[in-house]
Amino acid sequence: MTYLAKPKLFRPDTPKNALGYTRRDYEGAISTLCAGCGHDSISAAIVQASFDLDIEPHRVAKLSGIGCSSKTTDYFLGNSHGFNSVHGRMPSVLTGAALANRDLIYMGVSGDGDSASIGIGQFAHAMRRGVNMTYIVENNGVYGLTKGQFSATADKGSKSKRGVINNDTPIDLVALALQLGATYVARSFSGDKEQLVPLIKGALRHHGAAFIDVLSPCVTFNNHAGSTKSYDYVREHNEAVNRIDVILPHDPISASYPPGSLRRVVQHDGSILLLRKLGADYDPSDRIEAMNHLHERHALGEIVTGLLYVDESAEDLHRHLNTVEKPLNQLRDAYLCPGSKALDALNASLR
Amino acid sequence: MSAMSNVTAIQRCNDFVVKFANVNGSGSASANELFARAIIRMGVTVTPRNIFPSNIQGLPTWYEMRISDAGWRGSRGSCDLMVAMNPQTWDRDIAEIEPGGYLFYDSTKPLPRSKFRDDITVLGVPLTEICNREYSDLRQRQLFKNVMYVGALTALLDMEMAAVEKLISDQYRGKDKLISANFNALKLGYEYAKANLPCPIGLRIEHADSVGDNIFVNGNDACGLGAVYGGATVAAWYPITPSTSVIEAFTSYCRKYRTDPDNGAARYAIVQAEDELASIGMVIGASWNGARAFTATSGPGISLMQEFFGLAYFAEIPAVIFDVQRGGPSTGIPTRTQQSDLLSCAYASHGDTKHVLLFPEDPYECFSLGAQAFDLAERLQTPVFVMLDLDIGMNERLCKPFDWDDQRRYDRGKVMSYEELEAGKDFGRYLDVDGDGIPYRTIPGTHPTRGAFFTRGTSRNAYAKYSEMGEDYVYNMERLRRKFDTAKTLVPTAILREASGPSRFGVIYYGSTSPAMDEAFADLEGRGIHVNTLRVRSFPFGEDVLDFIAGHEYVFVVEQNESAQMRTLLINEGEIDPKRLVRVLHYDGTPITARFIANKIADALDERKVSPIRKQVAS
Repeated sequence: MTYLAKPKLFRPDTPKNALGYTRRDYEGAISTLCAGCGHDSISAAIVQASFDLDIEPHRVAKLSGIGCSSKTTDYFLGNSHGFNSVHGRMPSVLTGAALANRDLIYMGVSGDGDSASIGIGQFAHAMRRGVNMTYIVENNGVYGLTKGQFSATADKGSKSKRGVINNDTPIDLVALALQLGATYVARSFSGDKEQLVPLIKGALRHHGAAFIDVLSPCVTFNNHAGSTKSYDYVREHNEAVNRIDVILPHDPISASYPPGSLRRVVQHDGSILLLRKLGADYDPSDRIEAMNHLHERHALGEIVTGLLYVDESAEDLHRHLNTVEKPLNQLRDAYLCPGSKALDALNASLR
Repeated sequence: MSAMSNVTAIQRCNDFVVKFANVNGSGSASANELFARAIIRMGVTVTPRNIFPSNIQGLPTWYEMRISDAGWRGSRGSCDLMVAMNPQTWDRDIAEIEPGGYLFYDSTKPLPRSKFRDDITVLGVPLTEICNREYSDLRQRQLFKNVMYVGALTALLDMEMAAVEKLISDQYRGKDKLISANFNALKLGYEYAKANLPCPIGLRIEHADSVGDNIFVNGNDACGLGAVYGGATVAAWYPITPSTSVIEAFTSYCRKYRTDPDNGAARYAIVQAEDELASIGMVIGASWNGARAFTATSGPGISLMQEFFGLAYFAEIPAVIFDVQRGGPSTGIPTRTQQSDLLSCAYASHGDTKHVLLFPEDPYECFSLGAQAFDLAERLQTPVFVMLDLDIGMNERLCKPFDWDDQRRYDRGKVMSYEELEAGKDFGRYLDVDGDGIPYRTIPGTHPTRGAFFTRGTSRNAYAKYSEMGEDYVYNMERLRRKFDTAKTLVPTAILREASGPSRFGVIYYGSTSPAMDEAFADLEGRGIHVNTLRVRSFPFGEDVLDFIAGHEYVFVVEQNESAQMRTLLINEGEIDPKRLVRVLHYDGTPITARFIANKIADALDERKVSPIRKQVAS
């Protein structure tokens, strides 16, 4: 129950990050989701990523819509302001928040119902605008809170727990995000923390619209044989294009990799994404190739994961609007109000 | 000119109505406005109203000009001079002229006698013929035809050519070519009229001084300016008539006043959203994050925003909404005026909700109440609706000049600071600390370890923790009710006007009804009918409104909607006996007129067989 306080246990050997915070400082209320829910793994990955990046929790604003996934914003970063808004409308609320204060880190957490069904319009337009955010969809193909109806990402032919076959064509949010101009696009799996944590870190350090579709099985309503969003199915069909490591500007690059297998991407804020190629030669800086690869592999029944696209020279909405450096919510009266003299002059021009 | 058979031609100076019947997209609007401004420059009060279709080119449009030295600004109804430039609407345009009135038309193509009336004066100028002779370019022929009739009217109404020329020079300052071309067209019309028509006719404009230091501006423009002065930094919107120009004005005033002089950066952010849901979502997100934010919309947008209004109400997030009302329901009569969104705004969204509404009467109040709305929204942490309408929003109106007190500081409401949190002050987001129902909030990013809370539309306890406990829910709802009671003491008060004699009867009105009501009041007084009036400026109603109703036997509630929405609010919120509130409703999409109000009230009093002037107020 979320109103129960989480016990705080401190061991002297608990690791601390550069800010002196432990992982526990990035946790939130106790989850009320079903035991084994993929979403809880994603919350844990967000905690880990924030801890690793030495993010000050209060500099993050976490926003969500409605649904199981949207509840999770209460279960991580308890010292961050959170906003559980309206079903399918998180992107607009987040956009407004980002306009008000460009200095905070914005994390949007949503689900497949919230983003691909009721909220697909807002999802699309937030990507188009290049809102500086990390937008995570916890994708399980079903409506959990209302007990197991298909969502718009359910694959054609997938079977529901009650035995109904889905005949509707699925919406691939990754394909949409690529087409709509998102500048950091990834897919991952809640059961693969090693892949997911660095992808979230890279997104948090990205200056633009970052989107991660995380397949996150619903243990209660969509984890049976015949489902294409079950733990077993996703594990069997997961085809990662790369693995990434996120190196902050002040970090030494210590890992050694076989020559030719590595690609360096330097982001706007100086953070470096080291991409280890897996299998086929894959170029994540080519939006068209990303889209082609996605569709080709989808046709073969594979689920492509990894960092699929990143634009090193990404721009965000504030850049497009040419807003002042200082956050708009911190501008004082004198910077906002033109005063009586200007008004007198204006009056004169209206006569 | 054809002679009249049986009626005396109207003879009036500085007190008549001119109506222009045009085809939209023909460039007539700017010529008509030029003419109105020229009359204002002569010191005469003019109130124009643009009656336009939901269309870009080819459909009928009218421009009605109330000229009144007495200062009446309401629509009067009918016209004394019709400038009939649209063959599509000829018959109804001719029918609208007052007996003894005047018809001005393009006489290039001869019309049969049956197309005219014999109780009006007909003034024909072969505009097309002159244009075809003078101009070879098709667009010029059309545009200068408009300027040409302005020239002819200048002669017919005995106006000074210099006043019109000066205005053209001011308007096109620096574009000498345009100035001389316009002068030329103006002169062609003027000279033709002087040579061929009986100038001046019975309607004349003379220099006067009823304009004073008034400014000529439309309400949407004033709203945009009010948002700048009110400190709004974020605007999110979706285009919809008749509200679009609120944002256009905000944009241009921001460019002028909010551009950083050092680097040209914007001290504002304006986003055209994908729909109204996203607009209000962005406003709520920005306000939650401590910026002053607003949207502008109209009825259909209000319908789309309902769910978010409930969120802002329940999660207690400020928001300012300019609702430029138009005729509903559904797409309704989208380019006509109405006051028909009161109920859908006052009780917007599911569950038990109530919202603050403000009712500006003219552009001056669009500015002042518009700016004040931001203080109220932050003080009360709730949506505030500025309810203007198409009549005020899209028409230029002479009004008091805007004013601003430089000592005034924005009221940012109860926001807990870093210092207060650091000092260990107890923070319960939904805790009623001061007993006024208004809790304290924190802005994201304020303090590393204190003051963060989870905002949600679900029920919670006073410390913002999710709760389905009945007592937590009830505590919150009762606090919200207390907050609404506090709102009654903060919103603008109503404005009382007492009749010259005692009266048992009152009139309540609001918003754009003002100018018609002012004139109707004078009209009724002239007929010996005394009624006290109260202009309601906000919802929730203060004690002054309820006292006014209590002090009168019957109160007429004058509105521009079909279902008496203000009356419903009064009955519901003030627990008023419905029998005591008499409906006076005008809802055909045109602005309410003084004649309509005065006649309705006079007739109603007549029916009740009461003579108000001879009876004393019941004590």
